[in-house]
Amino acid sequence: MRDRTLLRVEALELHYQTRRGAVHAVDGVSFDLCQGEALVVLGESGCGKSSLAKALMRLLPRNVHHTAGRVTLDGVDVTALPDERFRREVRWSRMALVMQASMNALNPVVRVGEQVAEPLRVLRGWPRRKALARAAEVFELVGVSTDFLARYPFELSGGMRQRAVLAMALVAEPALVILDEPTSALDVLTQASIMNALKRVKRELGTSFILITHDVATSSELGDRVALMYAGQFVEVADAARFFTAPAHPYSQMLMASVPRLHQRARPVAIPGEPPSLADPPGGCRYAERCPYRFARCAQDPPSFSLGERHRARCWLHADDNPSGGGA
Amino acid sequence: MTSSPGHQADDDQAPLIAARDLHTWFELRQWGFRRVGAVRAVDGVDFALARGEAVAFVGESGCGKSSLARTLLGLHRPTRGEVRFAGRSLGDLEGRALKAYRAEVGYVQQDPYGALPPFLDVRRILAEPLIVHGVRDRAERERRIRAALEEVRLSPAEAFLGQFPHMLSGGQQQRVVIARALILAPRLLIADEPVSMLDASVRVEILELLRRIQRGRGLTLAFITHDLSTVRHYAERIFVMYAGRVVESAPVDDLLDHPQHPYTQALLAAIADPDAANATRLREVPAGEPPSLLHPPAACRFHPRCPHFMAGLCDVEDPPDFDPRRDHRSACWLHR
Ligand SMILES: Nc1ncnc2c1ncn2[C@@H]1O[C@H](COP(=O)(O)OP(=O)(O)O)[C@@H](O)[C@H]1O
Ligand SMILES: Nc1ncnc2c1ncn2[C@@H]1O[C@H](COP(=O)(O)OP(=O)(O)O)[C@@H](O)[C@H]1O
Ligand code: SF4
Ligand code: SF4
Ligand SMILES: [Mg+2]
Ligand SMILES: [Mg+2]
Repeated sequence: MRDRTLLRVEALELHYQTRRGAVHAVDGVSFDLCQGEALVVLGESGCGKSSLAKALMRLLPRNVHHTAGRVTLDGVDVTALPDERFRREVRWSRMALVMQASMNALNPVVRVGEQVAEPLRVLRGWPRRKALARAAEVFELVGVSTDFLARYPFELSGGMRQRAVLAMALVAEPALVILDEPTSALDVLTQASIMNALKRVKRELGTSFILITHDVATSSELGDRVALMYAGQFVEVADAARFFTAPAHPYSQMLMASVPRLHQRARPVAIPGEPPSLADPPGGCRYAERCPYRFARCAQDPPSFSLGERHRARCWLHADDNPSGGGA
Repeated sequence: MTSSPGHQADDDQAPLIAARDLHTWFELRQWGFRRVGAVRAVDGVDFALARGEAVAFVGESGCGKSSLARTLLGLHRPTRGEVRFAGRSLGDLEGRALKAYRAEVGYVQQDPYGALPPFLDVRRILAEPLIVHGVRDRAERERRIRAALEEVRLSPAEAFLGQFPHMLSGGQQQRVVIARALILAPRLLIADEPVSMLDASVRVEILELLRRIQRGRGLTLAFITHDLSTVRHYAERIFVMYAGRVVESAPVDDLLDHPQHPYTQALLAAIADPDAANATRLREVPAGEPPSLLHPPAACRFHPRCPHFMAGLCDVEDPPDFDPRRDHRSACWLHR
């Protein structure tokens, strides 16, 4: 099951028009995702993670300056679909998004169960009773008591509301669910229990996930693979095991070293400097300003080099002709 | 000049700051008058912090950390119990003495973005506390402002003096907030979630900075956080809070390596260090959610969620502090 490619993203770009110039929020992102696989998109805030999610779902704000690239879902080029068909056939039914902070976006005056059942009624035309019965099943799957179906959002805790929006994304059984910072606003124990629910869903339904997070610890809770995003680009994509033990890109290495660990005594080492502005970003490698390995070549934009099966890094140290070969 | 508060009455042997049986309850009223009850934000807290000691208060949001901080600052009057600073009760301080006390305690409040007034530049933001505390000499103020900026590594200071908050990155803003908290040379610094709004790569720098300043100046530091994974290198002792109370306290390594209280154990089990194996591992999480502080559970606040709950005891009688290990306190009947 793992081997079938579900999603292929090629050279995706999303730039916004702003007074400061064009903001290159997503700037040439490529990756693919197999059926049943979870890809974590990890990156510091402002690096373009939510923009990537919106570009994939074609939920674009008005001030878009430019978009490019191709998204293929199950062999169908969905970038080529007209809006109406995308809305009817892809969004939510094949590919759902749990937006950042969406647990606060539930309609306050509609019972939670009705809201979770709504995609089935709208997209599939299911009768209310049948849709509610299905909503109840999904509630149980994500760990919400079915008693809560008849409650209003304000009667639910933050954790329960987050599970409800998760249920809403899962109810139409999409092949792919994109989760944008699904647990960032929640407490440690609630986070852990929601991640448990996601692991169960992944195992039982075989759903594919793109989990977006700025938190390195959370990133290892679901990801089979990890994409590290920096200043609008994927700087490294690797299997989770590889990424967490022997990452290849200097930023990946430094980020891992900067994370305080609970159970280990190694002292974290800060990364000097800050990410560049995405408004007219600098040419060359975007990490160059903070990179201790920087050399002459880094003034040019590094392409994404292959380091083995499904492992890529966007860094000149890994150029095939680099003498230190596959470097760091 | 800033007069140190009650230096005349200062007891050098006493802990720098101590809380005894401290309670801060917020009256909750419906329609503004009918009393519905009290939110027991701080509900019986005892501790004593030595001079030059760095400690962390850790707990999930809503457990009362910020209320405790504000009570220590004298912003809330305790409902019961007292705070003593250098041997003197805060309750006895009034007027000038209270103002002087505020100069002794630096405060980095939660949420750095809301913390800096957008219409003031950095120079003015840092001048404000000096003016309020009577530093009239402009050259003296300028000297102290520059020194404070250098101390938080906003260097060279000239480059930052004329900047407004929105021109600074999140990490730089937080450095300004820290500089402001330190400019009156306090003996205690309370930092409430100083890095929770910041990105991973900036967090460690700020924590290192706080620790360096704390050590360099011999300050007492109370570092408040909801994130246990950030405390190991930045504090010497940890206090774990749950529902308005301190449930466990110990030196950092002992607490993280040998947690004694079932709540602390649950927290530690729920937090993962990055590891690919996490993706397939279900974590043990106690059922339920932190209780309402308006109607907290009787006796041990953790009893409805605790895997070791003993009926007839944990729900009937408050567990006192036990010492299951050397210098390690835990409020749980399991240690009796
Ligand atoms: N609608 C918009 N118009 C202009 N700039 C935007 C818009 N949305 C996001 N941005 C900018 O794009 C960059 C990436 O933002 P975002 O995708 O939200 O990042 P992340 O989710 O990683 O925090 C940021 O610099 C942000 O300020
Ligand atoms: N001024 C106040 N009036 C009423 N309730 C308050 C006030 N400040 C805090 N609370 C309540 O006290 C409890 C503890 O809050 P807080 O001290 O902010 O916790 P923490 O900082 O650990 O998140 C919460 O239930 C909060 O709503
Ligand atoms: S391309 Fe150069 S500057 Fe960029 S990460 Fe690699 S070595 Fe560093
Ligand atoms: S006192 Fe009882 S309920 Fe409370 S933590 Fe200990 S064992 Fe659990
Ligand atoms: Mg985002
Ligand atoms: Mg707080």
